[in-house]
Amino acid sequence: MRLIAENLSGERGGEPVFEDIDFSVEDGESLVITGPNGSGKSTLLRVVAGFLPAARGSVRIAEVDETFPSIASACHYLGHQNAMKTALTVTENLVFWQQFCGKGRLDIGEALDAVGLDGIGHLPFGYLSTGQRRRAAIAKLLVSHRPLWLLDEPTAGLDKASEQRFTGLMGTHCAAGGIVMAATHLPLGLERAKTLEMGRQS
Amino acid sequence: MLALYLRDLRLGIRAGGGALTGVIFFLAVIATIPFGVGPDLNLLARIGPAILWIGALLASLLGLDRLFQAEREDGSLDLLVLNRDRHMLAFTVFVKCLAHWTVSVLPLVVASPLLGLFMNMNPTGIGATALTLLVGTPAITFIGAAGAAVAVALPRGGLLISVLVLPITIPVLIFGVSASYGAVNDPDPFFQPFLILAALTLFLAVVGPVAAALALRHSGD
Repeated sequence: MRLIAENLSGERGGEPVFEDIDFSVEDGESLVITGPNGSGKSTLLRVVAGFLPAARGSVRIAEVDETFPSIASACHYLGHQNAMKTALTVTENLVFWQQFCGKGRLDIGEALDAVGLDGIGHLPFGYLSTGQRRRAAIAKLLVSHRPLWLLDEPTAGLDKASEQRFTGLMGTHCAAGGIVMAATHLPLGLERAKTLEMGRQS
Repeated sequence: MLALYLRDLRLGIRAGGGALTGVIFFLAVIATIPFGVGPDLNLLARIGPAILWIGALLASLLGLDRLFQAEREDGSLDLLVLNRDRHMLAFTVFVKCLAHWTVSVLPLVVASPLLGLFMNMNPTGIGATALTLLVGTPAITFIGAAGAAVAVALPRGGLLISVLVLPITIPVLIFGVSASYGAVNDPDPFFQPFLILAALTLFLAVVGPVAAALALRHSGD
């Protein structure tokens, strides 16, 4: 699979945020989007996921397999919010998303192990700390399989050890032929990583 | 899809779900009417079905604003929209409506016979009103979902939803009340308005979720 953007421009409320972005990422590669606040990293990810219409240009996937015909069906989106219900337990949240999005390589217990949250699956999500919530949201990426990960500041709130563990998870995902596209301020330490610098062109 | 239904059911029942708000509001409205109207039992029995229906209508509009707003605030709405190739978005909305109806509106239907006693209604009238509420209230939820989807990005959208949706729910109210009266007053028909009420529910079960899905699809920011 290959994710291609051509002359992609995005806007928020009529104001152009970024213009004429080109990139191409294929299986096993990752794209790290860097840039100062307000340079349009989140907007770019939301345009790619299809939540926002592109002002100009296009983003598409080529060499698709029939399981994932469109970008929306092929991607996991991890935004600023964790998309978990505070009133439900961690396990209930993950079970729901797994049933809704389809099975992945790992089951719930293995995914919680992989993010270092084993043994707290029975707690309500609302009881967790910021970093633990983020890790539970990362576990959500593992319980359903999607080849393309769109991550918006994925390591926000994580400690050093969890960051490294998450880098390992992204590495495993890429090694298995997945694509990671992450907006971040921190170096994620990925191999075969392309970098996209965004900034206001004035 | 069953997973989504069960999740919304759990969320509604657990603390902070607000499932009982509607019932308590319904109870408050119906319990105060006899004090306001006075001890004229015949009058109470005559206006009973209409009062029950108006109370249920307003109570079922109460929790609607949280239907999509709660999902939007924690980012779940993005993922529900994102999975539209696996689960058609209109169907996702439909299931959410069903769960909302089960948690917040079905208790109103269950409570209505008891509240009918407050209004000095006879058993036939109580039964007919409960039955019409059972058949008619889903329509309010379905069309309310469309209003909730339009107002999803507005922080104080609750009142706006009621104003948007109320005109469309008027036919449901009219046929629900006239079917209830038809069961009690002899020359009036019961089945004709009842069947139109059922048809309205079926019609809005299609139109409401489709409209809501369209609104959600384009509410992205």
